Amino acid sequence: MVKLNTVLIPLLIALVSLGCGKKGSGAVLASNAAQKVYVAPGEKDEVYAFMSGGFNGQVGVYGIPSARLLKILPVFSLHSENSYGYDEETKDMLLTSKGYVTWDDAHHPEISLTGGNHDGRWLFINGNNTPRIARIDLTSFETKEIIEIPNSAGNHASPFLTENTEYAMAATRFSIPIPQRDIAIEEMGKGKFNGSISMIRIDPKDGRMSVELQMIAPAFSYDLSRCGKGPSHDWCFFSTYNTEQAYQMLEVGASKNDKDYIMAFNWVKAKACKDAGKTKDFPGVYYNNFQPENMPAVATKMSGVKLLDPKDCPGVAYYMPTPKSPHGADVDPTGEYIVGGGKLATVLPVHSFSKLLKAIEDKTNYTGDVMGIPILKYESTLAGEVKKPCLGPLHTEFDNNGNAYTSCFVSSEVVKWKVESREVLQHMPAFYSIGHLSVVGGDNKKPYGKYLIALNKITKDRFLPVGMELPQSAQLYDISGSTAELLSDFTTVGEPHYAQMIPASVIKDKTKKIFPLEENKHPYAARSEKEAKITKNGRDVHINMTSIRSHFKPDTVEVKKGDMVYFHVTNLEQDYDIPHGFAVYGSTMPNLLIMPGQTKTLKWEAKEVGVFPFYCTDFCSALHQEMQQYIRVTP
Amino acid sequence: MAAFLMGAVYFLPLWYISLSAPQYPEGLSMYIWINKLSGGTPYDLQNINLLNHYVGMEEIISSSIPELLYMPYVLVYMIFGAAVTYFLPRLYMIALGILNLGLVAAAGMADFWRWEYNYGHHLKPDAPIIVPGMAYQPPILGCKQMLNIDACSVPHTGAVILLAVFGLLAFIVWSERKAYLAEQVQKG
Repeated sequence: MVKLNTVLIPLLIALVSLGCGKKGSGAVLASNAAQKVYVAPGEKDEVYAFMSGGFNGQVGVYGIPSARLLKILPVFSLHSENSYGYDEETKDMLLTSKGYVTWDDAHHPEISLTGGNHDGRWLFINGNNTPRIARIDLTSFETKEIIEIPNSAGNHASPFLTENTEYAMAATRFSIPIPQRDIAIEEMGKGKFNGSISMIRIDPKDGRMSVELQMIAPAFSYDLSRCGKGPSHDWCFFSTYNTEQAYQMLEVGASKNDKDYIMAFNWVKAKACKDAGKTKDFPGVYYNNFQPENMPAVATKMSGVKLLDPKDCPGVAYYMPTPKSPHGADVDPTGEYIVGGGKLATVLPVHSFSKLLKAIEDKTNYTGDVMGIPILKYESTLAGEVKKPCLGPLHTEFDNNGNAYTSCFVSSEVVKWKVESREVLQHMPAFYSIGHLSVVGGDNKKPYGKYLIALNKITKDRFLPVGMELPQSAQLYDISGSTAELLSDFTTVGEPHYAQMIPASVIKDKTKKIFPLEENKHPYAARSEKEAKITKNGRDVHINMTSIRSHFKPDTVEVKKGDMVYFHVTNLEQDYDIPHGFAVYGSTMPNLLIMPGQTKTLKWEAKEVGVFPFYCTDFCSALHQEMQQYIRVTP
Repeated sequence: MAAFLMGAVYFLPLWYISLSAPQYPEGLSMYIWINKLSGGTPYDLQNINLLNHYVGMEEIISSSIPELLYMPYVLVYMIFGAAVTYFLPRLYMIALGILNLGLVAAAGMADFWRWEYNYGHHLKPDAPIIVPGMAYQPPILGCKQMLNIDACSVPHTGAVILLAVFGLLAFIVWSERKAYLAEQVQKG
């Protein structure tokens, strides 16, 4: 009964606070809030926000403070707007060991780091359902690489980066039999299931990803992570829940323990153990898909990983008890403090990295172990607790003035507190039920601060009603002053779980405008109208086609019924913002959207005899409407 | 010195034409050199031609203008003249230099105008956009609005140098003449 109360009481309070929130939702704003979000016509935003799309498998790019949607980046999902995942160039990006998986649940965008600060080179994001990590190039804003993660299920604590993007960490939310085999589900808690922690190496020059090693771990649910910086550079911290190892009714079963854990994982030691031959070869089939510049994607099937058992690498990991199913495990800018956000806790524990190092030295702090991973005394690593911060603390980020901001789902608010003194400074209501939050550079050594976004889970009455499915609501706060201030509400696409923000100045002048034609190495490119041609190879017809304002070459195309026609269309334009589109009557795949200097391929089966039009689908010029020609299909 | 200055003209553009339009906020531009045409960016010339094709203008490319082939030799001739003058400093050589430079400049400008006229007036009859009575000849100097495009034409470094050379030679003749006259007065 006591246990039930601990769940019920916060929920009741949540309901009450929802009611209060509604009353206050027309909140009195300081008079200059409108000015702070107004970006005059022709002016640009100060900050880019990259928001995960959750169940839409994409990334939304927003300008802050205006909160204008700038772009939707397809990552794990098909995108009929520009044929991502359909055309011959990008479809293999979505190939996995389970076949073509054209959707995923994308949660955590992570901007690449140098010296603990966002460098704006790449954006990484996890696919939760079919464990994958994608890398997006922030000069072209295109998905360039996707790596599947073997021996994993629920790639949730991912892709958290080390201080210089040496590695992306990826830990399992769902424990499973590793390797997969038929076991009674009831055996879960008996050591037959496992979690895994994967170290994905990032090549510092080109960002290419590879599986360095996987560490087998106890069958807990690994939720979120942050890696250390400065003194804690060698370590990453993973929150866990369901340390009870319940396999049904987790809402009760996984909430029994007074404390779950934050795992401190020494990735430098793990790599050293691998180099010392402590890992073993282990099965695991996965794909690594790469998109070379302006070329068809190359999907490579890989097999086998190096598996590390923590027993064979003493000191590689420790468990720090942390109250009540922690979500966030967030490292402050100095690298000294690790804040645990216990979803069902009433305190916010702050662990100390220097105390952790000391606690490890003294075996009297060891209270037990799981799979060779020592469990430390709660007090031995604790710097202190933020008392009564809120209900349901989830996730913490930091500003440039020594303050921390914690999102609280149950009491629907953001709590601002002082990192050193752990004293609560301000409660900022969120409408409604905030999940993650994001501060500009909020996980960096030197946060930029200034803006905070609350990523809310419930929308209710914040916008005009649009039927049952509502947009997710986000809120923008100005945190530059001593008192934070709510500036605006805005809608988002999909369900942003987490977002990262970076000053626009880091990225905007490096963005690409065109693909230079002379660098186009696509095997079917036509770099000028002279290179336009038709090649027949049995039933396959390859058309190296050009498009330029306002016509295609060759002028007419003739094929035979039953032919498989590949329209390889090269956009000859070398002018910023002049893409051409391409669609053919009867096509079963979406249109191509071809950037200046790019070659893309539409596959079209000549199913019936006749004359069929094709045309440009992206308004390109005064004569765009005239950009239309025919393909003839003869018997 | 005149020879060195004129030598530099090989490496500097003579004239600069810029175009701006509402949908080209970043502008388009081209440079005219002694021996070639080039775009303000590697792609500007192609993009200018793409716009021009709507009104039926001939493609502007270096290889279609033969003057760009022999103008460098004319410049070599003048540099040679300047060099000879250095070793054989005679006032009449300098006067000849001025004359040559003046003639070449006048002929060049006339030729430039002629090309602009031809590009602007001799339009393909099957052009997609035909505005009755409209010609698209950019100015030699200054700005002009043509349909939605504002075209400006100004001399660039090379032309300024040639003008400086002209001024230098004129100054030499003037000061020599003054010295000569002073000498005559003294003698007289």
